[in-house]
Amino acid sequence: MTSTVDQQETQQRTRRDRSRRVRRLSRRDKIVLALMVGIPTLAHLVLVWVPTIASVVLSFTDWNGIGLDSIKFVGLKNYEQLFTNYPAFWPALEHNFLWLAFFLVIPTPFGIFLAYQLNKQIRGSRFYQTAIFLPMVISLAVVGFIWEIIYNPDTGLINGVLGTNVPGHYIDWLGNPKLNLWAVLVAASWRHAAYIMVLYLAGLKGMDPALPEAAAIDGASEWQAFTRVTFPSMKPINIIVAVVTVIESLRAFDLVYVMGGNNGTKPGLELLSLLITNNILGESPRIGFGSAIAVVLLVISLIVIIPYLVQTFRKERVR
Amino acid sequence: MPHPFAGRNIGSMPGGIPPLSRRTMIKGLLGAAGLAAAAPAIAACGGGSGSASSATDTKLVTFGSNGSDPVPKKAYAATLSAFTKSSGDQVKVNTVDHDTFQNTISTYLQGTPDDVFTWFAGYRMQFFAAKGLAHPIDDVWAKIGGNFSDATKALAKGTDGHYYFVPIYNYPWGVFYRKSLFAAKGYQVPTTWDDFMTLAAKMKSDGLVPFSFGYGQGDSWVPLGTFDYLNMRINGYQFHMDLMHGKESWTDQKVNDVLGHYSQLLPFTQEGAAGRKWEDAAQALIAKQTGMFTLGLFVAQQFTSAADLADLDFFAFPEINPDNGQTAVEAPTDGFMVSSKPKNLAGAVKLMEFLGSAAAENSYLAIDSANVAVNSQADTSKYNTLQTKAKQFISQAKNLSQFGDRDSDPGFISNVVEPALAKWLDNPSSTKSTLSTIESQKSQYFTS
Repeated sequence: MTSTVDQQETQQRTRRDRSRRVRRLSRRDKIVLALMVGIPTLAHLVLVWVPTIASVVLSFTDWNGIGLDSIKFVGLKNYEQLFTNYPAFWPALEHNFLWLAFFLVIPTPFGIFLAYQLNKQIRGSRFYQTAIFLPMVISLAVVGFIWEIIYNPDTGLINGVLGTNVPGHYIDWLGNPKLNLWAVLVAASWRHAAYIMVLYLAGLKGMDPALPEAAAIDGASEWQAFTRVTFPSMKPINIIVAVVTVIESLRAFDLVYVMGGNNGTKPGLELLSLLITNNILGESPRIGFGSAIAVVLLVISLIVIIPYLVQTFRKERVR
Repeated sequence: MPHPFAGRNIGSMPGGIPPLSRRTMIKGLLGAAGLAAAAPAIAACGGGSGSASSATDTKLVTFGSNGSDPVPKKAYAATLSAFTKSSGDQVKVNTVDHDTFQNTISTYLQGTPDDVFTWFAGYRMQFFAAKGLAHPIDDVWAKIGGNFSDATKALAKGTDGHYYFVPIYNYPWGVFYRKSLFAAKGYQVPTTWDDFMTLAAKMKSDGLVPFSFGYGQGDSWVPLGTFDYLNMRINGYQFHMDLMHGKESWTDQKVNDVLGHYSQLLPFTQEGAAGRKWEDAAQALIAKQTGMFTLGLFVAQQFTSAADLADLDFFAFPEINPDNGQTAVEAPTDGFMVSSKPKNLAGAVKLMEFLGSAAAENSYLAIDSANVAVNSQADTSKYNTLQTKAKQFISQAKNLSQFGDRDSDPGFISNVVEPALAKWLDNPSSTKSTLSTIESQKSQYFTS
C-alpha cells in the first residue's frame, strides 16, 4: 500500500514539474513542438481516421463511384443484403475464423517449437535458421505462385508423386471447395511458422539462460522447464506473437488472391478481405456495399485489438 | 474485381506465355493494394487523380492505352506513328497496366483522362457512355461507316443510338480441335447437339477425354463461353442479350434449360477443372488427350510449334434449336473511345477517323497476329489459315455477342454469376437454387 501511495505522490510531483517546465518554453520550442505533434496528428487523422469514418459513412450509402452527387443514403440496406442475400458472406466469415483458429493451433506453436530447438547449440543452427526463415523473405504473391505449381492438377508436384493426375483419380487441390482452403492454409503456414520462429528466437536470445539451467539443476524435465520457466518469462514476446497471428489471419488476402484467382470469389476460398476488394474495385463498383463488409471486418478487428490495447495501457499506467 | 480476362488483349502475348502473366499479375496486385488503401481517399476527392498531361499544343493528342503487354504495346506504337506520319499530329501515349486500367477506369474517366482511350465494345462501352463519360463520335462514323458491317456498327452504338466506339480487332469463340486427331479416328465435325453428344460419347469410348476444361485460379470466366453459346443456341441472341442486360429473369425455364444442356456436357469434361488454368487445359488438347475445347481464338497461343498450330481448327458451336441455328457468334471486340471532355477534340476526332481506317488496322495486325481485323477493307493477305477462317466465321454471323462479362455489368458477372456457376459446376444438381440466387442478387446491379 505504502509503495502505491509513494508512487502516486511522485507522479503528481512530476506532473507539477512538467507543467512548470512547459510554461518556460521559448517560442521556438513551441513551434518545434507544434510541428512534431501536429504533423503526425494530421497524418494520423488523414490516413487513419478519415478513411475509417468515410468507410463507415459510405457503408450506409449506395454509390457506383461515378460523381459525388450519385451517392445515395440507403440506411441499413447494404447490411441487410450482406447478411441475407450475399452467398459469399457467411462462408467468408467462417473461413476468416477458421484461418485464425488454424494459425493459432498449428503454425504458431510449430514456429515456437522451431525457435526453441534452434536456440540450443546445435551444429548448423545458423543454416537452419536461414533456411526456415527464407519463406518470410519472399513476397506472399511469390509464395502463392510457388504453391500453385506444387498444387497444379496435371503437372503439380503432389499429384505427380501421388499419381493422382489421371482421369478417375484427380485430386483438385485448389479447385475442390472442400480442399482448397486447407491447401492454401498449408502454404500460409509455411510462411507464418517462419515468422513466428524468428520473433520467438529473438526473444529466447534475450532471455537469461540461467533460468532454464537453474530449473534443470532443480530436476525439471525439459517440458517442465519450457512450460513453467521459459514460456512464462517470455510473456512480452508471447503477446506479440498472439497479436501478429491474429493480424495475419484477419488480413489474409494475397495468397488467396494469387492461388484462388482475383476474379470474383472461388467456392471454398471466400475471405472478407477479398469480398471487400471485389466489390470496391472494378468497373461497376458497389462502394457502399464493399464498405459495409469493411465495417464488419473493422468490428472484428476491434474486438480482438481493444482488449489487447486496454491491457497494455493499464500496465503502462501502473508502471 | 472486375473481369480483366476476356477483356484482356488476349491475342497479344507471344506464344507460350499466358495472357495473365505473373508479372502483370503482381503489378495488378500492387495496383490493387494501392487502390484499396486509397479508395476512401478517392471517394473524398472525387476526380483528382488520373494522368494530367498538358495538351496545350493543339497538334498533340493524348492516348490512354491498356496495351501494357509487349505485343499490343508495340502494335499500338506502330499504329500511332503511322497516324503521326499521315497527319503530322503528335500522339502522347500513356500506357497503364492492363488490369489496373480496367480496375481504375471510372476514376480515370472522372479525372483528367486522355483524349482517346482503349476500351471494349458492348455493354461495357454503353455503361460509360450512358454515364456521360464518353464523347459521341457520330461525325467520325459518317466518314468510316462504309468500312464496317451492320453487326459491328451495332456494337459501336450507345443505348442512346449515338456512336461512341471505333473497333480495331476481334476474335471468335468456337469449339477447337486437332484436324489430325479427327482424321485418324474418323470423327466428323458435328453441327447439331445430338451429333455433338454422340461424338463426345464416341471419344470417351475411344479412351479420350472429349472436352478440355479448366476454370481454375482467375479463369472463372471460361465456363461463361459455353453458357453464352448454349443460351444463344437454345433461346436465341435476343434472349441472351436481355438476360445479360438484366431484363430477363434467371429463374425462367429457358435458363434452366441452358444449365440442363450444360450438365449433359459435364460427364465428358476434364476432371480437376476447378483448379486448372485454361492454358493447362489447352496443353491436353495439344497432347491429344482431349478431343475438343470450347474457347476463344487465343487458345492458338498455346500451340507454340508451327506444326501443331497448322493442325488446329475450330467449328461453330452446334445447333440446338433450329430457329436459332448457328447464326450468333461470340466475338469480343476491342477498340477506342473519346473521353467526355477531350482537350483536343479536333485531334481526337482525326485520330479516331484514322483508327477506323484500313491503314490503321493493317499496321496493328502486322504486329499482333492473334486477332482478326474488324474493318472490311483491311488487308487479309497475310493471315494464317486460322485467322482466315476466323475472319470468315465472324463475317457470316448474323449477330455478334461480346462475352458474358462484356455484354453485362462486369461486377454482376464476376461477383454473382461466375461464383454461382463455379458452385453449380461442383454440384450440378443445384440448378434451381443457383438460378434463384443469381436472380435475387440481380437487382443490386440493374436498377431499372
